[in-house]
Amino acid sequence: MDASTLGMWTFLITEVLFFGGMFAAYAVYRNMYPQAFASTSVYMNVILGGTNTAVLICSSLTMALSVRAAQLSNRRHLMLFLVLTMIFGATFLVIKGFEYHDKWVEHLVPGFNFRYDEFPKYAHNAQILFFLYFCMTGMHALHMIVGLGLLSYLLVQAGRRMYSANYFAPVEMIGLYWHFVDVVWIFLFPLLYLIGHRR
Amino acid sequence: MTHVHIPPVRTLVFVWLALICFTGLTSAVSYLELGWGNIVVALLIAVTKASLVAWIFMGVRYVTTLTKLFVVAGLVWLAIMILLTASDYNTRNWDYRPAPWSSAKSVGGSH
Repeated sequence: MDASTLGMWTFLITEVLFFGGMFAAYAVYRNMYPQAFASTSVYMNVILGGTNTAVLICSSLTMALSVRAAQLSNRRHLMLFLVLTMIFGATFLVIKGFEYHDKWVEHLVPGFNFRYDEFPKYAHNAQILFFLYFCMTGMHALHMIVGLGLLSYLLVQAGRRMYSANYFAPVEMIGLYWHFVDVVWIFLFPLLYLIGHRR
Repeated sequence: MTHVHIPPVRTLVFVWLALICFTGLTSAVSYLELGWGNIVVALLIAVTKASLVAWIFMGVRYVTTLTKLFVVAGLVWLAIMILLTASDYNTRNWDYRPAPWSSAKSVGGSH
């Protein structure tokens, strides 16, 4: 268990640095164009973003409860909490999908249909934020989709009575991955949605 | 065989509640005009939330010292990447302006 925990954290550190590169780019450009970045908050949906933050936090709780159920050899609870975690994860992706759709309708997708009529002087630099928005939330959503795949694997294996107090390492390791994805979003929410003034 | 720590449900629910409260707090504070304070408060709250998730949900509290060292090393590398990138960008003159005594008029003019 110690070895797999260490290995999983090593993998998560590579993930930290992978997302860290995008956070570094964000820091550089926000420092260069603070007003242009602040102007984008008018177009961000804080209600949906905040709801998604809460949804992910709930999914982290149910994930932690899944690991706990596995440790206690409680197969019924393990499967219940895995399903709940997947429902929260899918809810997040559906809400994210609605947000992406809104961005498309509002002409805020750089490279495809970007228009920034309200603040024309920021049009050029605000695109950088929206580019980062789609890169970062897109990579985050991809990690969520991978996570949902891993959770379905756990659910099938749990159904086959594979996990108990004697063996629950996969549940714990995939749990670490799921919590990591939650931590990424914990930083994305204030940095992408709460930069400047809103209506 | 190492001792397996099973966290009490109460602890997990408490962390969940704290995370939800911090999410509300960070949203509320963003409506205040604090200048530089806004990003500082936002990052402080985010770091607090991330630490709660790592410490309790991810169980860093209960892992071996070696694993803790790995976690800290990862954060140090992240800090190196962001600090060196920032110092590079902040110490270069990207925005070329002709010196007041020069006769150059165009931006980025040749020498």
